[in-house]
Amino acid sequence: MANDDDSQALERAYQPSPGLGVAVSDPVQNPGLPPHRERMTDKDPKAEKHAARTVYTLFYLSLAGSIWAVAAYMLFPIEDQSLLAIRYNNLFIGVGIALALLCLGIGAIHWSKALMSDKEHVEMRHPTRGKDSTREAAIQAFADANEESGFGRRTMIRNSLLAALVASIIPGVTLFRGLAPHNNEGGNPISGDPVALLQQTMWEKGQRLVRDPDGTPIRAADVTLGSAFHVIPENLSTLSHADGYLEEKAKAIVLMMRLRPEQLIETEERKDWSYDGIVAYSKVCTHVGCPVALYEQQTHHLLCPCHQSQFDVTDQAKVIFGPAARPLPQLPITVDAEGYLVARDGFNEPVGPSFWERH
Amino acid sequence: MSTSTLSKEDNKDTKAPLGGRFVGGASNYIDERTSLSGFVKELGRKIFPDHWSFMLGEIALWSFVVVFISGSFLTFFFQPTMVETHYTGAYAPMRGLEMSAAFESALRISFDVRGGLLVRQIHHWAALVFIAGIGIHMLRVFFTGAFRKPRELNWVIGFVLFILALAEGFTGYSLPDDLLSGNGLRIIDGMIKGIPLIGTWTSFLIFGGEFPGTDIVGRLYSLHILLLPLLLIALLVLHLMLMIINKHTQFAGPGRTNDNVVGYPMMPIYMTKMGGYLFLVFGTIVLIASFFQILPFWEYGPYDPSPISAGTQPDWYIGFADGALRLAPPHLDIVFLDRTLSLGILIPVAVLGLFIVVVAIYPFLEAWITGDKREHHLAQRPRNAATRTAIGVAGVIFYAVLWAAASSDLIATHFMLTMEGVIHSLQALLFLGPIIGYFVTKRICIALQRKDREIVLHGYESGRIVRLPGGEFIEVHQPVDQYDRWKLIDIDTYEPLVVRPNDKGRIPWTENVRSSLSRWFFEDRLAPLTQAEVEAADAHQHHVTAHTDEIEAEEIQGAHERAGAADAPLHPDAETHVDETPNTPSSVIATDPVKKPRKKKSDDSE
Repeated sequence: MANDDDSQALERAYQPSPGLGVAVSDPVQNPGLPPHRERMTDKDPKAEKHAARTVYTLFYLSLAGSIWAVAAYMLFPIEDQSLLAIRYNNLFIGVGIALALLCLGIGAIHWSKALMSDKEHVEMRHPTRGKDSTREAAIQAFADANEESGFGRRTMIRNSLLAALVASIIPGVTLFRGLAPHNNEGGNPISGDPVALLQQTMWEKGQRLVRDPDGTPIRAADVTLGSAFHVIPENLSTLSHADGYLEEKAKAIVLMMRLRPEQLIETEERKDWSYDGIVAYSKVCTHVGCPVALYEQQTHHLLCPCHQSQFDVTDQAKVIFGPAARPLPQLPITVDAEGYLVARDGFNEPVGPSFWERH
Repeated sequence: MSTSTLSKEDNKDTKAPLGGRFVGGASNYIDERTSLSGFVKELGRKIFPDHWSFMLGEIALWSFVVVFISGSFLTFFFQPTMVETHYTGAYAPMRGLEMSAAFESALRISFDVRGGLLVRQIHHWAALVFIAGIGIHMLRVFFTGAFRKPRELNWVIGFVLFILALAEGFTGYSLPDDLLSGNGLRIIDGMIKGIPLIGTWTSFLIFGGEFPGTDIVGRLYSLHILLLPLLLIALLVLHLMLMIINKHTQFAGPGRTNDNVVGYPMMPIYMTKMGGYLFLVFGTIVLIASFFQILPFWEYGPYDPSPISAGTQPDWYIGFADGALRLAPPHLDIVFLDRTLSLGILIPVAVLGLFIVVVAIYPFLEAWITGDKREHHLAQRPRNAATRTAIGVAGVIFYAVLWAAASSDLIATHFMLTMEGVIHSLQALLFLGPIIGYFVTKRICIALQRKDREIVLHGYESGRIVRLPGGEFIEVHQPVDQYDRWKLIDIDTYEPLVVRPNDKGRIPWTENVRSSLSRWFFEDRLAPLTQAEVEAADAHQHHVTAHTDEIEAEEIQGAHERAGAADAPLHPDAETHVDETPNTPSSVIATDPVKKPRKKKSDDSE
């Protein structure tokens, strides 16, 4: 114990730098702990008894809450499959559990605050750094270990060990290539090439534009002025979820609407991409890929509900506001012999958000 | 209860082990095999300081316990696969619909398992409270300077816990595979694709092919219930262990110094209080979950890439990231050498990254500026560290603007504003808000420091107006009780760095930077009060008060005499004055008990 005190004195001798901290020459003196003030429950036996009664009443209430929760579990089944039954089940079980937990918590805290001793204790702090003797012993331990193993001396062994350790991680990293398919999996020659996959959609020459989700084809005459159609390629319905329905749909969704032909501003090479004022654009936002689902038919603006990018349908879906960088890709359309709208060709650029290899 | 039996036993045999024969025997058994008694000796009566703000971190801790318990229950029912299935359960509008097993099992938990919806809502609400608790705890630690040496590492650990909590939140949000979470993942996919060089492949590997693929829910699930919780719990234990090793900070107060801890022992006070608080937090979350619906994913339906609803919002803690994306200006892509650099995504991500890195390393920045290597165990009042508080407020405003931006569309529709107007205002506010907030806060802090000083030196305004014989009215200032006064005094101070050439006669540029930063940090500080100043003020005040009291007494006596009641008391019965004693743990304010004849002998057990 005496030893301990000595080292304590030594620790106090250690003075870390105060940096820019300044010692005030005549600091205001700390008045010390204020005199202890007794609580009502310390002075008045009646108050104490009252507090005790409150605490155990709360604990008994908690007990009642638990019992109620179990009873509610049985009294409010979700048998008739109505939403109301689910609501009651949720509400009454929950209220019981909440009562049980809250009363338990409030009771315990009240016990500690009103009845347990509120005498303040003082504990001294010690510097966080180890005692000098301890630190020396630790350094000695490292030195001994170094001496006995030769870790510092035998540099060849040490460096080769470090190299081997680092290298041993690499096979593990390699295995993660398996997270995504390789080429030729599932009969797809480019299934392992994300860049190639991003370039292609199901749209190709002659592919009919059909309604999402019921898959009925659309006549040009059905597309009235001001209406907007959510469109998917006709072939999409041939895919099941297992062979890429959602993945293809995520790229192929298109919005189609009719404007008065004179409202459309079209560049020379896109003159024949619309049909009689009907235009079709990819519905995948060029920002981060949300569906650009909101069409404002008065202003002919498309709005992405995720980050509020706005595209002008009259002007080849150029970005007029928001964080998107590029116009929505346009799907060239025409009508087939039966008068149904079909794709004149696929998209001539990848749809959706920008990626490094895109150009 | 057993109390009476225990005391009876005590009387019978004073040597009986504490807690009776069984507990004593069991303790002996365990100690002989684990030497646990040393642990109890060390921690059992450890002193923790008391302040309401110290329980904010506890909210985070206990809500994590709630998340953990409720989440474990959910794993017994949830199917983390995207295998296609048809729903046949209780919820009629979804019956027969094609959906992933994940969505189907989430529906089943909500509608077919009794209490399942409750546990799901508890889990989700508790997760929101968990992250909010961490955030508010971080603010407390920041604004009181509790991150200073020796707690810088614990700040970083806490920061990592915050990031892990965000990751837990996002992975959990994505599990039900509903429309909302699917669109959330779609946004993440779009952001990942924007990363130069590796983005396309990273997205491809994460989703196991093209978005959305059939792997993502299972992968997020193993992160959500295995990897992330493991890291979280490990770091949480480390965080608490360091808290115990460093001992908790305390606010400066009478008798409280940098070298001691004043408070209450772990057993029984904190054990009871903290245990009780666990139940309080748990109970409150259950109450919320019973009354308030959260994420009615059955209204959105299973994920489909085409539909989306207007006004989509992420959970609150992702808001700042979503808002950052919304505030980016248009047309930022750069195409160069056949490669696309999507700055519209990279700039917001970089800004966010910079922001959170500054948050993570702030303790080291401040330590570098002050050069202070001493240990600090006293939590500062925010006003006494004006520059830090101002920086903190600027950061909070920056975060809040990003957060508000995540609701830009709802702000526009609810307040009938234009979308463009809201976005442009928020863009401007993102830069102006923190600057204005910084200066306003700094001025307020300094004003509050001056007010404290005024009260210390001249007392508080008592509200008692006295008319002096010359006709002058004065308000009597009452001195503050010395214990309350101590709390208003800040004895820590710093001076800006004065650069001096080093041994080689040069001034390194880092020292110049440090010097200007330290000037910025400490330029407006008030020099701390000295004991001499306080005593001089005391003496002066005593003199003034005595003098006014004298005059006042004369005046009142004179008035009494004029009224013919010369022996009336000078002051009406003094009201019982109860000092505010915020540092006592009692909720019961101690006044003298009113003495009444006792009714009858108490009947029930004590």
